[in-house]
Amino acid sequence: MSDNLTLPTQQGSTDTPSAEPLLKVEGLTKHFPIYGGFPIKRKVGAVQAVDGVDLTVGVGESVGLVGESGCGKSTTGRLITRLLEPTAGKITYSGQDITHASRRQLAPVRSEIQMIFQDPYSSLNPRQTVGTIIKSPMEVNGINPAGGREARVRELLELVGLNPEHYNRFPHEFSGGQRQRIGVARALALEPKLIVADEPVSALDVSIQAQVVNMLQKVQRELGIAFLFIAHDLAIVRHFSQRVAVMYLGKIVEVGDRESIYNGPRHPYTHALLSAVPEVEIAEEGPARERIRLSGDVPSPIHPPSGCRFRTRCWKAQDKCATEEPPLVQISGNRPGHLTACHFPEDPTTEPRDEDVILDPALRALEESATKE
Amino acid sequence: MTTLTKPEGAPAPTGPDSFLSVRDLKVQFSTEDGLVKAVDGLSFDVERGKTLGIVGESGSGKSVTNLTILGLHNARTSTVDGEIVLDGKELVTATEKELEQLRGNKMAMIFQDPLTALSPYYTVGRQLSEPYMKHRGASKKEAKDRAVQMLEKVGIPQPKTRFDDYPHQFSGGMRQRAMIAMALMCDPDLLIADEPTTALDVTVQAQILDLLKDLQQEFGSAIIFITHDLGVISNMADDLLVMYAGRAVERGSVKEVLRTPKHPYTWGLLSSMPRLDGDIHQALDPIPGSPPSLLNPPSGCPFHPRCAFKDQVAGDLCSQERPPLAAGRAAACHLTAEQKQTIFIDKIQPRLR
Repeated sequence: MSDNLTLPTQQGSTDTPSAEPLLKVEGLTKHFPIYGGFPIKRKVGAVQAVDGVDLTVGVGESVGLVGESGCGKSTTGRLITRLLEPTAGKITYSGQDITHASRRQLAPVRSEIQMIFQDPYSSLNPRQTVGTIIKSPMEVNGINPAGGREARVRELLELVGLNPEHYNRFPHEFSGGQRQRIGVARALALEPKLIVADEPVSALDVSIQAQVVNMLQKVQRELGIAFLFIAHDLAIVRHFSQRVAVMYLGKIVEVGDRESIYNGPRHPYTHALLSAVPEVEIAEEGPARERIRLSGDVPSPIHPPSGCRFRTRCWKAQDKCATEEPPLVQISGNRPGHLTACHFPEDPTTEPRDEDVILDPALRALEESATKE
Repeated sequence: MTTLTKPEGAPAPTGPDSFLSVRDLKVQFSTEDGLVKAVDGLSFDVERGKTLGIVGESGSGKSVTNLTILGLHNARTSTVDGEIVLDGKELVTATEKELEQLRGNKMAMIFQDPLTALSPYYTVGRQLSEPYMKHRGASKKEAKDRAVQMLEKVGIPQPKTRFDDYPHQFSGGMRQRAMIAMALMCDPDLLIADEPTTALDVTVQAQILDLLKDLQQEFGSAIIFITHDLGVISNMADDLLVMYAGRAVERGSVKEVLRTPKHPYTWGLLSSMPRLDGDIHQALDPIPGSPPSLLNPPSGCPFHPRCAFKDQVAGDLCSQERPPLAAGRAAACHLTAEQKQTIFIDKIQPRLR
């Protein structure tokens, strides 16, 4: 626990956001309309997938975005790459507002922001060879590297740990991990400054995950590319990202440097999330962690709870939480850059509590009857 | 209880409590590309009221094993060899009718994806009641009472109203709860949980795992828990079986296997996983290569093409001879006990801190 207190960080990156961030997102919002009614379809509601997200990514920095499914983390990634049109908010890339930039205005930026997708099976065209897949971004953008595109592709294949001789093979000839490497090579083809990696390893087997994570880390360090690393696996995010943002139901509830989020979280949801991660007990005297078991599932983003969105599953919720939305601010006792959106923050520790927090009624009933016997 | 007929695959001790024992199980599928040896000589025992964890990567044969125990494999395309004995009853040779009487009654299964495992056409209540009516000869009313009681036990709010809902009206976590309720309807002796929480979010996963553990205490069922997540296994299981390419490579109690692993594959799994309290600056140590094709598995030890320690074994033993898995706490590896201990203490353990 104490072994990772502010150790010197990797070259080219700092634990705090640099003065001029590469990417700045303010109040980013995406509502997907729901149509219904007969005979004329009208908008009857909206899925509030992302609702006012503020985020910065520094040059060469790796920022993790964690949360459960449906919290809007993938939508955020797609909004930043402008694959989706934001409903509101502002996206600034290198000082340039790209929120609603037209196709033409976006063209030079597109090559600098690339994406790695989750599913290596559906994100590669099965009818194209690996060479064509990796080459096509260069063709689209009219880039002619010295030595020709093919040489560059072979170089990229080598960089991501594939055999350059696989140039003429088709995606089906590769395993999941190798395909994910092809996806990474494609993202690197344009020498991007920012890569949005949407769950890049969650479709892979454990032993292959580590290979791809190491490769991404190598790429990030050697080429100084900034990463927005979207994942639900907290341990992998911790390993990969210097700063971490935790999302819940379309909002960022807590953001901070890795050390603060993992060892001194303040938001009850971050506590619950960390306590829910199953860890391998490799030693008798492993550090004990608090036990928090929430009840039920994440509410629907169509009708999110008023005020603080987590209040329906929170053990500290009071009337104030329902009426007033907590702002994402630096709470007293937090380090600079560690922001929490909570009216009643928790203590910054993950040590076991005097009494476990168990909100699930079935679990509580079973455990009470077990202790009585 | 069981007579150990096959010398290969190494007999595990058959304690008085082991009420499911699998001996030298072989499951093969004939496909267009050739014969797939999905499970190749697997032996294990499950004790009453205990949880056996089976961990392995996709394609290691862990799901096939358990479908075979339940007799849910496709008999036309697959051949099953070996012995599966549940409470004195041989299952490999059992007829479909005999199996029908056991499924949902003495043994039940919790599937990974509750949306595809539940029928969208019938209400949750009806799907819960059906096995109870069939196996226990209960009336509709009795079955409904039992179902409502079970739904309440697994934490579904307003179970009386939810009884008449369809699966699509449940959320993911609730569906998995309903599946657990369904599996427990007839109070089975054996519960097979095949990746029951993989499709769920972590906070919901934590709830379901704890629920399953507490229910096991109350019902006393034995559980076979299949997963690829060592963290989940560490919390759930008493005993652990590590599978690779259709074979068991390491066996022992969970604590033994995770704290002092003896097989290079288990070492690899442990050191390729990042930990919440691990050193951030320590790079992950992945297992090189990828899992073998079961159409044409490597000769000898199936792990040898990916093994970093095979040069420490004399000659070509690793690529020629398949290491046996001894009884009890054991690992199927040609390295000597001292070698394993030195490698673990010098090379593996420091990486896990």
